[in-house]
Amino acid sequence: MTANLKRKCAQLGEVHPFYLQNMKLTEKVRSMIAFELNCSEMQYHNELPPCPTPQTPVAVSILLQEEWIVDEEEKEELSQLTISLVSQNKQSPLEQLNGSLTSGHNTSKRMSKKINRPGGSLTKIAYYSTVSYRKVLYNAEKDSAASNDGGDYQYESSEIERLHFVKFETKYIEHWLDFIRNHLMCSKESMLGKTIKATGGGAYKFAELLQQKLGLIVEKEDEIGSLIKGCNFLLRNIPDEQFSYSRHEDPEYRFINTEPNIFPYLLVNIGSGVSIMKVEADDKYERIGGTSMGGGTFWGLGSLLTKAKGFDELLQLASEGDHRNVDLLVKDIYGGDYSALGLTGGTIASSFGKAMHHGHGKSDGSPGFSEADIARSLLFTVSNDIGQIASLYAMLHGLRKVYFGGYFLRNHPVSMHTISFAINYWSRGAVQALFLRHEGYLGAIGAFLLGAEECDTEKYSWGENYAGSSGLQSPLPHPPGWPGGTIDQLEMDRCDQQLTFFPFLACPGEYVPDTVDLTKDKEARDYWLSCFEGSLGSFVDRAISSQPNIPDSQERANKFRDKYLQRLHNLKNHPFAYGNLTVRSLLDMREHCLNEFDFPDPYLQQKKMENEYALKLLKKHLAMVDKLEYNERQEVLVRGFLAGNVFDWGAKEVVKLMEHGLSFTEAGDKLQKRPWLHDDLDDWLNRQQQGPYKCAIIFLDNSGCDVVLGIMPFARELLIRGTRVVLCANSKPALNDVTAEELIMVMKQVALVCPIMHEHLEAGTLCVRESGQASPCLDLSRLPLSLVDELVKWQCDLVVVEGMGRAIHTNLLTSFTCDSLKLAVIKNRWLAQRLGGEMFSVMCKYEAGSVKTSVVSTATIDNVPVPQL
Amino acid sequence: MPVEEASPQAASPPSGPSKAATNGHGSVVAPVAHKTIMEQNGIASHPSHDAPPSMPWFGMDIGGTLTKLVYFEPTDLSEAEEESEVETIKNIRKYLKSNSAYGETGHRDAHLQMENVRVGNHTGTLHFIRFPTSEMPNFLELSKSKGMATLASTICATGGGAYKFEEDFQREVNLTLHKFDELDCLIRGIEYIEDNNMDRECYYFLNPRSEDLCEKVTFDFSDPYPFLVVNIGSGVSILAVDGPDNYRRVSGTSLGGGTFLGLSCLLTGCKTFEEAIELAAQGNNENVDKLVRDIYGGDYQRFGLGGDIVASSFGQMNSAEKRAKVSREDLACATLITITNNIGSIARMVAANEKIEKVLFVGNFLRVNPISMKLLSHAMEFWSGGQLKAIFLEHEGYFGAVGSMLELMRTGELPSCSG
Repeated sequence: MTANLKRKCAQLGEVHPFYLQNMKLTEKVRSMIAFELNCSEMQYHNELPPCPTPQTPVAVSILLQEEWIVDEEEKEELSQLTISLVSQNKQSPLEQLNGSLTSGHNTSKRMSKKINRPGGSLTKIAYYSTVSYRKVLYNAEKDSAASNDGGDYQYESSEIERLHFVKFETKYIEHWLDFIRNHLMCSKESMLGKTIKATGGGAYKFAELLQQKLGLIVEKEDEIGSLIKGCNFLLRNIPDEQFSYSRHEDPEYRFINTEPNIFPYLLVNIGSGVSIMKVEADDKYERIGGTSMGGGTFWGLGSLLTKAKGFDELLQLASEGDHRNVDLLVKDIYGGDYSALGLTGGTIASSFGKAMHHGHGKSDGSPGFSEADIARSLLFTVSNDIGQIASLYAMLHGLRKVYFGGYFLRNHPVSMHTISFAINYWSRGAVQALFLRHEGYLGAIGAFLLGAEECDTEKYSWGENYAGSSGLQSPLPHPPGWPGGTIDQLEMDRCDQQLTFFPFLACPGEYVPDTVDLTKDKEARDYWLSCFEGSLGSFVDRAISSQPNIPDSQERANKFRDKYLQRLHNLKNHPFAYGNLTVRSLLDMREHCLNEFDFPDPYLQQKKMENEYALKLLKKHLAMVDKLEYNERQEVLVRGFLAGNVFDWGAKEVVKLMEHGLSFTEAGDKLQKRPWLHDDLDDWLNRQQQGPYKCAIIFLDNSGCDVVLGIMPFARELLIRGTRVVLCANSKPALNDVTAEELIMVMKQVALVCPIMHEHLEAGTLCVRESGQASPCLDLSRLPLSLVDELVKWQCDLVVVEGMGRAIHTNLLTSFTCDSLKLAVIKNRWLAQRLGGEMFSVMCKYEAGSVKTSVVSTATIDNVPVPQL
Repeated sequence: MPVEEASPQAASPPSGPSKAATNGHGSVVAPVAHKTIMEQNGIASHPSHDAPPSMPWFGMDIGGTLTKLVYFEPTDLSEAEEESEVETIKNIRKYLKSNSAYGETGHRDAHLQMENVRVGNHTGTLHFIRFPTSEMPNFLELSKSKGMATLASTICATGGGAYKFEEDFQREVNLTLHKFDELDCLIRGIEYIEDNNMDRECYYFLNPRSEDLCEKVTFDFSDPYPFLVVNIGSGVSILAVDGPDNYRRVSGTSLGGGTFLGLSCLLTGCKTFEEAIELAAQGNNENVDKLVRDIYGGDYQRFGLGGDIVASSFGQMNSAEKRAKVSREDLACATLITITNNIGSIARMVAANEKIEKVLFVGNFLRVNPISMKLLSHAMEFWSGGQLKAIFLEHEGYFGAVGSMLELMRTGELPSCSG
């Protein structure tokens, strides 16, 4: 059918969603592109690298945005243009380009020079691709057709759906139009008569060019919808997407986790002018106002009053000036403060108020201010005004959150600071100015979503790929072959399911997984950054040894090392680059980088070996446990749980022990003597005197002894007492953590050893579920919707969280409405000492479920002996 | 650079506690939620424990750009009283009365002159005089030459300059400035003038957008409260007046008359406000701004925006080609419209937040400036769906000065204030 279909597509020039979906099943031939172009000098630059044969386009939609910019050179006027292009393309050339964009750049020196300079007029491209990766086959005997890399390892090719958003200087725009034409479209003829959705004046200006280049007819469409769609998408899917900014605070950036309910909010789009939208739901929004003082005013007046060429030179000039020479300050009128009104002398009483005594052509001397001073005053004037008007609208409509989009801000510190200050000032703190890490992509993302509705983008959750994304103030260098400059890039991977919040969080709106924010804690940041750097070598070795028969593994492992190292170094200078810096984000970034270089599971062999080893001991261990009387057994089970947790390949000090061979009993002996660092064991044992739980979910950690000898007996006891048990393991590999797929294999073996477990597995009262995570940590705001539904149905009343990553680096301070047990062995000397303990200190934290209230979290912090963590 | 330097213009944030204001005797009134003006007009209710202050009676408002002076000329002096008058006072009166221009920059607004008003125990004429604050040294020089220093009199002053120039007054003309809070004076002045000029003071524009039909209509302000005062001087202050003794400063902006004049000077090389206004009247902002129809080819119907609405002020001026074509007049016009519309939006939003329907625009920005007044009239009415009314006052910028003169009446012969 495929060949026919393709031909048909070529004839029709577009494809019915039905076909597209079918194609998805049969061929991985999709690539979607959305462009958002700001403006252009329309100059030809170096040619792009040669690309594969043109393919047939499947569907095209282009969205031209309301706000358009006329470049200072005035050669051409171009609108912000967003093109979503669904094309039929086996190996997207953009994908190849992307490969070169993301493969290990080691040019941090060159980057740092560029860091605080916002780019020129920017072009944004959004495209959708299917990326192939190696994926480990866990059930090897079942699939003999898969490629065999060498004895123990078997991989198949697997795909992930990925959204790419690239932003670069607009001077290459025509390049890109040609690029689309040459590589993503079959011929101009095939596009003839097709229509493009467009909006704004740019639509008119651009129509001709588009028709000439691409053969497309422009049709008007609204743009604000796409902005809002993009904003909602980011707020829902990117953790730490939003942040508040204050230049004089440490940290400057304060990130906010995703919230269960993102509405209502005010979206202020600062383009040439300013539009202010009130957003109450996905499909409920209105433009409630705006102001004509916007980016165009800054640019226009700036061009009249200074010699700066273009928006960015103006911003640069503004950062060099001193507005106090141009603005009339309170002290210029009062001679000092106006204390009756609480106004300090430095407050601006009248913008440009000093300029009136210095008209041009005045012969008597210099005006007393420079062009830079004018630019700065202008930036303050416009930013303050927007902030004031936004806060007035927010207050009038009772909204607390104001987000900003549009080309004006570009995460420029002075502007963000001024707007934040104004909003805070005029609303007396009632309204908060919030900025988005990916502010520049709102329109492109929204346009993509509008153009890609048949791809069900919104039915899935997405996650940021740290390996492929650039951070705040940390652009990536241009790929080889490009004429220079930097690009910004965001990559989002589609999760297999829709993710949502754990239903038994005491305060889901305030949930932050991480215990320590390293952006705020320099000592911890320095330690962890050097710790991750120090252990990198062993990860590289591990990665290489996991693919012994694949020839380029050494090369890829080196690329992995370079890339991760570069990220660590960048984070030293820009800890805020990817949101709050946490141990979790460092761990996740390492996993993402490993994946990027096709090391899906470096611990595969280790995990398998350890599971097999532990399974051999299970029968004897269960027999030992069964001999104990009830009370003693409860305690032994917890101790066994903890002993198992010692087996952690992520902890470099334990690795040394394990490399020399470590038995389960020895591990148990390593544990801290009671009382533990945090010791709620007695409370837990007392709770075991009462009736059983209805349903328990256990978030698992390591493979081997941990899951087999630690968890299985513990879970078995719960089952015997009549509790339904959900074993929740990672969806994708991370370190030596057990994955759900592996766990299923393990459970088959466990069932052979233990009839009780077998029975419950059969009955469904014991089950394995994916956690939706691919991290050594646990983000309880991103669990599979299907799991959450089950937990609610089964009335889950106990959550057990295991290990350093899940119960200490994350979730240590989290309160639940159900009972919770957090068990972990601290296997990092520095962390143990920071918490006031020694190596192998034990965290045993049992808490009865709390009432849903926002006060709980503070109370919880007080109970933990580690508030200074 | 400290945070405050980036801070917006002079105003305490809305709905907060009012400032600690200085009262007429220089002591500090504790901050209260609603500031009380001690006596509304300073005359009738004032206990007559003292004889009125000695003449001449002036009130002065020294703003960031303009200094406003109000002079009361008694017309009911008995012959005996006139006889006893010091020669200097006569000279001053004669000088002020017989001229309408003083030096190069001082002006007397003869058309605003108010006859037969009661001030203190006298009936007389109020004269309204203004000069640029930058000319203060010349003014002091003039005062000196007219013998002010020999009178050992007190002058009541308000505005920032009352603080800034206090020492100069003392040194140059031996005058002690009694300083009063400018917002107290403003409100008191408005109420006094409105009371004394009842039938002609307040007005609004009917059909402000139409050249033919536009009409200036007297507004009946006999039931005033609550109302908003938007005082547009160099910067802008916005006050909510809830009752005769009750007002709050709710907002403000640093984009005011000073911004208009400052930008106009930079953009057109003009020297004076009058010149800037004149230029603006001859220009066309459509050559400078980007209108909705420039972007959409017409109205932006989805959001009910007409094609002639300004989408981006100065939005065309990033183009070198357009910059080359634009005239000084166009630039002045765009500046005026930008500043005026911005004040209009903020005033409108504040009025909505405060649930107030009457908005009084005062301040010298509106002097000889019908363009702004008509724009504000239209903006208030159009964007509020007819809910809001823009009201203007004949004595635009003089209320602070009037208020400070009324304070003089209250001070009587009290020794000069300590603070």
